[in-house]
Amino acid sequence: MSIQDYSVTRSSRAAQVSAVLGALVLITLIAAPWWAGRADMRLMGELFLYLALASLWNLMAGYAGLVSVGQQAFVGFGGYMLFALTMLGGLHPVAAIASAGVLGALISVPVAVLIFRLRGAYFAIGTWVIAEVFRLGFAQISALGGGSGSSLPVAIVKSLASKRAMRESLSYWLALGAAVLVVTAVYLFLRSRKGLALTAIRDNELAAGSLGIDIWRTKFTVYVVTSALTSMIGALIFLQKLRISPDAAFSVNDWTAFVIFIVVIGGIGTIEGPIIGTLVFFALRETLADLGTTYLIVLGVVAIVMMLKAPKGIWGLIRSRFDLQLFPLGYRVIAPKQEKGV
Amino acid sequence: MDWLNAIVQGTLLGGLYALFAAGLSLIFGVMRLVNIAHGDLIVLAAYLGLTVTSATGIHPLVALVLVVPTMGAIGYVLQRGLLNQTLGDDLLPPLLVTFGLSVILQNGLLEVYTADPQKMDAGALETASFALGDLTLGVLPVLTFLVALVVIWGLQWTFYHTSLGRAFRAVSDNQDIAQLMGLNRRHIFGLAMALALAVTAIAGILLGIRTSFDPSIGGGRLIFGFEAVIIGGLGNLWGTLAGGVILGVAQTVGAKIDPGWQILSGHIVFLVILAIRPNGLFPRIAA
Amino acid sequence: MPDTILQISDLDAFYGDFQALYGVELDVKPGEILAIIGANGAGKTTLMRSITGLLDNGANQIKYRGKDISSLRADEVAMRGLAMVPEGRQLFPSLSVRENLMIGAQVGRSGPWDLDAVYRLFPILKDRKDQGATSLSGGQQQMVAIGRALMANPDLILFDEISLGLAPIIIKDIYKALPDIIGEGMSAMIVEQDITKALSVSSRVYCLQEGRVSLESASDTVSREDISRAYFGIE
Repeated sequence: MSIQDYSVTRSSRAAQVSAVLGALVLITLIAAPWWAGRADMRLMGELFLYLALASLWNLMAGYAGLVSVGQQAFVGFGGYMLFALTMLGGLHPVAAIASAGVLGALISVPVAVLIFRLRGAYFAIGTWVIAEVFRLGFAQISALGGGSGSSLPVAIVKSLASKRAMRESLSYWLALGAAVLVVTAVYLFLRSRKGLALTAIRDNELAAGSLGIDIWRTKFTVYVVTSALTSMIGALIFLQKLRISPDAAFSVNDWTAFVIFIVVIGGIGTIEGPIIGTLVFFALRETLADLGTTYLIVLGVVAIVMMLKAPKGIWGLIRSRFDLQLFPLGYRVIAPKQEKGV
Repeated sequence: MDWLNAIVQGTLLGGLYALFAAGLSLIFGVMRLVNIAHGDLIVLAAYLGLTVTSATGIHPLVALVLVVPTMGAIGYVLQRGLLNQTLGDDLLPPLLVTFGLSVILQNGLLEVYTADPQKMDAGALETASFALGDLTLGVLPVLTFLVALVVIWGLQWTFYHTSLGRAFRAVSDNQDIAQLMGLNRRHIFGLAMALALAVTAIAGILLGIRTSFDPSIGGGRLIFGFEAVIIGGLGNLWGTLAGGVILGVAQTVGAKIDPGWQILSGHIVFLVILAIRPNGLFPRIAA
Repeated sequence: MPDTILQISDLDAFYGDFQALYGVELDVKPGEILAIIGANGAGKTTLMRSITGLLDNGANQIKYRGKDISSLRADEVAMRGLAMVPEGRQLFPSLSVRENLMIGAQVGRSGPWDLDAVYRLFPILKDRKDQGATSLSGGQQQMVAIGRALMANPDLILFDEISLGLAPIIIKDIYKALPDIIGEGMSAMIVEQDITKALSVSSRVYCLQEGRVSLESASDTVSREDISRAYFGIE
């Protein structure tokens, strides 16, 4: 047996199977307006948006090592941009959503320049301060409702589509599209050279730096891109809610605590993790939400226990047990005449 | 004159913020841990004070005698029972565990005490004031500031003139070798957290006398403490006092310009200092 | 008093999945000075870390004064009278010279060594007692590290590569002071890369090679050839 007999591949049987299954699931989901009820579609739409938020937070924290407890800054920013651009700027809602992303990218640049001066947990709290600044700032803008917020005018809502059923389908498809876009973008990014650099930084920053990887620039890029997409998701979220206020837009609980729990429970630093985490989170929510504060305490306890006992999350447990990778990222060496790689 | 009054009030407010920050600073200095639940622990102390004063009718300041040791014990158990397991090279576990702890504390307090704002009754102390030249100073703010001075002086003295402080510094320098000196690092970390929460208890009681509080304000107190630490510079408790004062003055002066701008002004000053002096004004360690 | 102060039986040591020591057998007799020699990476410092409790050990692999200390924490081992002068000095930067010495006495054992005794041994340290410990020269830091270990009044003192990074004349001075340091009743293990120095102060020598004991001999009778073979693992 010579070295030529060995081959290197990214894919695996499991990845191929799940790709096919994933495509089937996607087709089913696209067809949801025809088989799902209104409430179910709303729930699924919310799930997709949380999945997108979780995947983005995971990219920043799990891969770039930038743990933010302030992403609500961009969720709220995107929401307010939707309202501002449609109500005051006369833009069509879909155009406003896209623009919210661009504006999110722009504003994240000076923010990043400031808070990148902090490291580790201090960086995290710094992101929270930024979110508070945004919240207090937007509460001062009376044109957007000031401290009590505002509702999206009927005319703008109708500009999406005149019939309510059509609007709901459109909202749903936008949410599904956003989730697919984000997960695909994250996957493709991690497959690319930049993504490899990011994984290197995550594994050993010092070593990565000595190999010539520009750490600051890579992290900066990830922060800007994540914030832009988070802003877009924020715009979508508040398009669904039809009403915005500073406290709702910049809520730590809704946009950071829940997202963090999703990622921690699902599995940080993996693409599959946020997907699993979102499903588990919504399952828990549907069964426990009546308990109010107890539900949140349970979430907190579960997150702590997971972090201490299973820091790689549910997907991490599955992966270490079965050596699975559904989104082919790592390389495997296939020995000749063998099914599984080394 | 009004401006001078605002600056003086801000300075005194800085004393409270320095108390918020002192515990945070101590823990980071000894074990490089930033406790996201720190603000919620301040609120917990306020609620403990409330329970004690409601149950026994004693004055909130007297309640300190019970609340401070209780919080100290909570700190020791918390550190040895939970937080010691998160220490290591990875920054995710302590951050996420203390974040989870914050959520648990907030909602636990909500369950027990509801969301209604509460306040402790300190009687005449709350409104008493005295004149200093043209200024009128409240007794409570002045007392708070003096307490902050004493606490910080006490912490500095502990750190640099006692064997416990020596142990803190040794363990923070080099955990392995400190163990060779017979220091049980888990115990030392527990003592550090106990001390930090004892200080936090003082901050909580003074907060609870001064303003009304509810379970959700923990995050805000954490941020004020954090801003005071960063403005002042890491690793320097007197710097933290200075940072608290700057923050307090920024807030009161901002409030004079427009009441809605009070907290925002503090954040803006923080961001400006972060931009031009990222290591703070009197740093001993880089951020 | 058992006939060994330290008894190491079949000791394995691991860093994660990597095995650094393989079945090491070693003993230290009371009052003797034992030398441990070996090339870089042979496992000498790993051995020291295992003995002092900084590494996890299997049961009964390390016996001190006849009692099994294998599963004790490092601070518990230190309380029993084992002290180490660590490789690279490893003084506490936040502590002054005096404070570094004081913290050595944290274990609270009584004996001839106190601050004054250390200052008598190394007078320069008294002059610099309030200076930050890491602002001293290499040789002076080594004195502080040795003094810090002595302040614990140990029964067994471990010296891990004390000549590393020091000028030859400083090394000579320190080794000249060793008999005063290792007084009556104290036992010592000296880990050294400088074979001549190690042999000159010790009564017995062990050589480690790739995690295994490759030689055990009396220091005054061992030959150069035996050492070369054991050191480099050449047969």
